[in-house]
Amino acid sequence: MQYSIDPKILKRRAGRDKRFRVYAYGAIGMAAAFLVFFFTDIVSTALSAFKQGELLVEVHYKEEARKVGDYALEDDLSYLVSRGFTRLIPAQMREDRSLLGTTEEKWVLADAEVDQYLKGKPNRLKKDERRLVDTLRAEGRARLAFNVGFFLNGDSKLPEMAGIWAAAVGSMYVLGITFIFSFPIGVMTAIYLEEFAPNNRIMQLIEININNLAAIPSILFGLLGLSIFINFFGVPRSSALAGGLTLSLMTLPVIIISTRAAMRAVPSSVREGALALGATRWQMVLTTILPLSLPGILTGTIIGLAQAIGETAPLLIVGMMAYIPDATTSVTSATTVMPAQIYTWSSDSLRAFTERTSAGIIVLLAVMLSMNAAAIYLRNKYEIKW
Amino acid sequence: MRKFVKLLVAVAILTFGASMAHARDQIKIVGSSTVFPFSSYVAEEFGATTQFKSPVVESVGSGGGFKLFVQGAGMDTPDITNASRRMKTSEWDAAQAAGVTEITEVLIGYDGIAVAQNVANPDFSISLAELALATMEMVPVDGKLVKNPYTTWDQINPALPKRKIVFYGPPTSSGTRDAFAEMVIGHYAKANGALYDAISPKGKGENYSAVRQDGAYVPAGENDNLIVQRLTKDMDAFGIFGYSFLGENTDRIKGAKINGVDPEPKAIADGSYPISRSLFFYIKKAHLDKVPGMKEYVELFMSEKMIGTNGLLKRIGLVPLADDLRAKVQKDVLSYKNLTLEDLKK
Repeated sequence: MQYSIDPKILKRRAGRDKRFRVYAYGAIGMAAAFLVFFFTDIVSTALSAFKQGELLVEVHYKEEARKVGDYALEDDLSYLVSRGFTRLIPAQMREDRSLLGTTEEKWVLADAEVDQYLKGKPNRLKKDERRLVDTLRAEGRARLAFNVGFFLNGDSKLPEMAGIWAAAVGSMYVLGITFIFSFPIGVMTAIYLEEFAPNNRIMQLIEININNLAAIPSILFGLLGLSIFINFFGVPRSSALAGGLTLSLMTLPVIIISTRAAMRAVPSSVREGALALGATRWQMVLTTILPLSLPGILTGTIIGLAQAIGETAPLLIVGMMAYIPDATTSVTSATTVMPAQIYTWSSDSLRAFTERTSAGIIVLLAVMLSMNAAAIYLRNKYEIKW
Repeated sequence: MRKFVKLLVAVAILTFGASMAHARDQIKIVGSSTVFPFSSYVAEEFGATTQFKSPVVESVGSGGGFKLFVQGAGMDTPDITNASRRMKTSEWDAAQAAGVTEITEVLIGYDGIAVAQNVANPDFSISLAELALATMEMVPVDGKLVKNPYTTWDQINPALPKRKIVFYGPPTSSGTRDAFAEMVIGHYAKANGALYDAISPKGKGENYSAVRQDGAYVPAGENDNLIVQRLTKDMDAFGIFGYSFLGENTDRIKGAKINGVDPEPKAIADGSYPISRSLFFYIKKAHLDKVPGMKEYVELFMSEKMIGTNGLLKRIGLVPLADDLRAKVQKDVLSYKNLTLEDLKK
């Protein structure tokens, strides 16, 4: 007997195969296109934020300037120079009395409107002010220099002064707290559930709940943090401690689940071997299982933390969406975090904040990418194939 | 491993110890997101030019701010709350019950709510009533209330162009939306009181403030910059947001005339532009002597340099008070006049 296949069926099958491949390529293409679009949009708006307008002006430390800093500059210039510079003059003169009567020529920060004009963006400068800036530029007294301030300053309502530093420090504090609290608790929980827990109804219930927790909208953790840590334990509002504790609630399930997965990947022959040599169960966990599953645990933890660093909603509820210009120095004083800072800038009415928003996003993305890269590196370096 | 555990315990004890022995050297301000830019501007200036630490300014909305403010007089409650509306009598009662008895009210200026469109469109001029008819849920037709049937402007008034009615405005959680609904829709419902009494809260037409939900009014999120961006793409649409966003984007959007008046600072300040509201902050007097720098902060805020006719806050969108009113407010505030229930009922 001879099998014969209808060539029509073969053709249809081949066609289906081809179509399926086209769909898959299409999906990847779409995803890539979105990514490219997102990055070009962000990067192209952000680029100009890394340059900052500066003016070369003569600063006259005269008597009047001790009260109002603007008087240290020539009349028409005082509107073009950032208030962030002029408002500090009186204090400077108070501290250094020898300044009085001297004149100094130096590059100072330009007002945001001047900065935007120099960059060819919409601004609110009047005609004569524009002409003045043009003359300054022709004389080489106006320039766009690398924006060091963006990386060293805290938040400001003057766009030209605003920087990401304070928020970055805040994020590090919050992340540190999150790690300190969620890592030991998460790993211990996972060890118990994986190695010691009896298999009964209660344990099943706990397991289901942990898996569910990982899928809960993050804003609910914020509400929980508000009622437990702030209202009940009296942790100060807007502090890194409150934010970090709240985020550790959110990171816990991720760490527990990934730790358990890592421990489960260790073959049972290793366990049995340890027990056969007379190790207690604790010794077995501590000396064999934990070291072997550590790369997996760390990868999971880093991914959980990378998720936490970009989280905004729960932090909004515990009061971190605030104007806090100074970098924090303790876990109990008020601080803000990078995503909150980006959100605040994005909703400001001043146009000069648009480019800073994008620049902030780039910094945040860079931090997140390097965390994920670290996770991948750890996994590849220490991964053991059984 | 043992070292690690010890370290962990030490850190835990330290952090909690520090939180218990927590003394305040920093002013805490909460409240309206509309007042937030002005408040934080003053806070920044205050931090940069004095020896005091910069105050923490949190943006939690007017209602959220009052809720925190009236919790009690303890040092873990905020010292000042910002608001884009007056304190409600219910909030006053809550404050009294919690022991916050001495409060000073500060009027800092006005914020106009602009109805704006793409700059390439021809100028648009409507009355307040027409604006209400375009945005409210139930409108009178032949003496009866029906669901808003208007889809183009010429259906409301034949003199208006045949243009689709589309609004991008703030969502329900926003104070700007409440203010808009009260001043536009509530105003219209009050004028047609008899009709609206039946469907209004407390049976009073003026309390009616339902915005239409048939897609002509699109809640576009809290971020007003996004509404501005949409107007650059959608030629039919109007956006509803604070005046400061209009002032900052005159190259791409322009305001509509309401009752023949353009949304301009002067018109907003003298009340001839009909959709404007007052901006406030409230001081907890019990904290004045306990939190260092509070008086100095209030003084700086009240100075001509800040809220004056050519003050710094005007540059970021505040509409300053008229000269005589400002002088009176400055005097009252700096003598820390107590707010009374009668004041709020006025």
